[in-house]
Amino acid sequence: MREGILVKPYERLEQEQLERIHEASLSILRDPGILSYNKEAVEIFDDNGAEISAHTEYWRISIPEGLVEESVKHAPSVVQLGARERENRLILDGREPRVRFGTGSEANIILDIAVEDFVSEETGIKRSFPVFQRRRGTIQDLCQAAHLCEHLPNVDFFIRTVNIQDEDITEGNKDVNKFFASLNNTKKHVMAGLTNVEKLDDVIRMAEIISGDNNEPVISFITCVTKSPLQFVEDTTQNLIEIAKRGYPVSISASPQGGSTAPLQEAGMLAQLNAEILAGITLAQLVRKKTPVLYGSVPLRVRMDNLDNMYGAPETNRYNIDGVQMARFYGIPCYSTAGIGDSRFPGIEASVNKLLSHLFIALSGAQYIHYAFGLLEGTNTFSFEQAILDDVHIGMIKSMLKEQRIEEELQDSLTMIREVMNTSHKMFTRYARRYLHAGDVIPFYPFEGDANETLLKVKARNEELLSSPVDEIPEEIKKRIFQEFDVLERIK
Amino acid sequence: MVKISNELIEQINENVIKGRRHKEDEDFEGGSVGEPGVEELVEEALKGGVKPKEIIGCINEAMEVVGKKYETGEFFIPDMMASAEAVSAGMDVLEPYLSSTGESMDKFVIATVEGDLHDIGKNIVALLLKGAGFNVIDLGTNVPADKIVETVRAEDAKLVGLSALLTTTMRRMGEVVEKLRAEGIDAKVLVGGAAVSVSYAAEIGAIYCKDAFGALEAVKND
Repeated sequence: MREGILVKPYERLEQEQLERIHEASLSILRDPGILSYNKEAVEIFDDNGAEISAHTEYWRISIPEGLVEESVKHAPSVVQLGARERENRLILDGREPRVRFGTGSEANIILDIAVEDFVSEETGIKRSFPVFQRRRGTIQDLCQAAHLCEHLPNVDFFIRTVNIQDEDITEGNKDVNKFFASLNNTKKHVMAGLTNVEKLDDVIRMAEIISGDNNEPVISFITCVTKSPLQFVEDTTQNLIEIAKRGYPVSISASPQGGSTAPLQEAGMLAQLNAEILAGITLAQLVRKKTPVLYGSVPLRVRMDNLDNMYGAPETNRYNIDGVQMARFYGIPCYSTAGIGDSRFPGIEASVNKLLSHLFIALSGAQYIHYAFGLLEGTNTFSFEQAILDDVHIGMIKSMLKEQRIEEELQDSLTMIREVMNTSHKMFTRYARRYLHAGDVIPFYPFEGDANETLLKVKARNEELLSSPVDEIPEEIKKRIFQEFDVLERIK
Repeated sequence: MVKISNELIEQINENVIKGRRHKEDEDFEGGSVGEPGVEELVEEALKGGVKPKEIIGCINEAMEVVGKKYETGEFFIPDMMASAEAVSAGMDVLEPYLSSTGESMDKFVIATVEGDLHDIGKNIVALLLKGAGFNVIDLGTNVPADKIVETVRAEDAKLVGLSALLTTTMRRMGEVVEKLRAEGIDAKVLVGGAAVSVSYAAEIGAIYCKDAFGALEAVKND
């Protein structure tokens, strides 16, 4: 099992403030309530005592406080996520600040690095430089991203990183293809959104064929049920209803934008974010009690020059830290957000931007941190090289936040100090070896160099990892899948 | 008997690689405590009649393996140092046997120069050279030029290593070289430390070593 790192959480809010936010969210859900563009959701709330008023294109659902509170109680605190390899499974406990990192987004663009030689006009010296190339993502990229993440030790779960935009990918075959591309290349837990709810049963059946006797689901889902502010979207709400009917784990994510689709100030943002997520959780529990849900907190601030998302804004971090605390208030595992920045290129700026959130969201104790690897330019672009850099940095954060072992280390250390003081060199190096060889410490930063050298080194590492094989799904199971589902032959 | 000595040689080799001086030492994975280390094994081998030369050959082979593991990234400086320490422990046991057979090891006098107390680099060099089979005479830190020259002459050492971290104390290195030459001593002088540069070394007639491996290379090329 991937245990995660248990942290002493950094928290901004007192218990009383959490309760105030909770009450504010309940009051929002009653008035103005949720505007629903999905009819079945309206019927479900109607059957459970909510007040409904019909408008031309939508219904307004005024949800009673008691209904929300009662429903949230049914959401399990422990959510189990399986994986093709048992050592990779995750047990998320919403009451315990145990941190894990994974990928995320469905970036449209892949940023490649090519190497070109340039000759200095002044000295005539030739040097190699990285040159960036952008292109649309394909299913092959998704296979390779999963392959890379299988090899990155700090990726704890895999969420499809790339939007597959091949010509032969249709609305009808996109879901089975993205799940297969992911599952075939990584033995870690796989999560994704659903393109076509009619294909849900195909995806589930395919996952069950792959997982065999494994009782825990090797896949789970994400639905962004609400469009901020406070509107149930027709298709994603339907996705949630159908996933909940089948009892599959689902992250109910909300992504209000401070300054445009949500208040900029912390309190207003948090009350709305919480209301949107609680509305989704309530719906899921009304469809099927004990549906395993994740509290999907993806708030952010917008830029003031063009109202585009500004993931690197300090407020984005602040909202996210609060979101994690709110999830813990309910004892529901938090699908949180870190590692996105505004930089367009891999390397130093991107890493600095990302580290602010990697570090603080980890400190806040989120159980399931998505978006953490390889994203650039918000969530628009995925870079394999940046994913490798992020893996190193997240490894450092995990190491930094490791639980202390003072008791067991102390006696050993005293013996060591006494022994070393008897030597001529007075060096503790020999005693560092066991930690070094156990992989407990990174020996040095692996990509040292100026900005260009670093990228060239990371590029070489990416090529090395992609050429190192992964354990794919066994042939006989693959054969069955290709017979039953419309999975593209070329990713077999 | 042959079988036993072969086994011992193999164990010495293994324990040099594991960096275990004696039975209390752990290996690089934190294990092996209680099993004989290089010190005990060399002693046993000598008692069993194994020739010192054979033991030295085995130790050299083991250190080559360690060096290769370092080059491929499997081993790090702490491993190299632990192995060098293990070799040094073995050499201490071997030394009386070597002098009785007339064999001897090359001498290397090393010191941090006067005014400077920084000795991490100097200690690493001293250890690695011990591991490479040199008889290292470590004079410590803040050592006056006269003391260094006196020791080199008394020991008839052909190699001298000087270390300094500070630009202010670095100048003392030149003084040591000058005094050595004035006494007619032509020992090879290796210099290193954060303040030292290739050009400074050239200026004073010494060999610049970027790090401990530079020092190893320099003495091997001797």
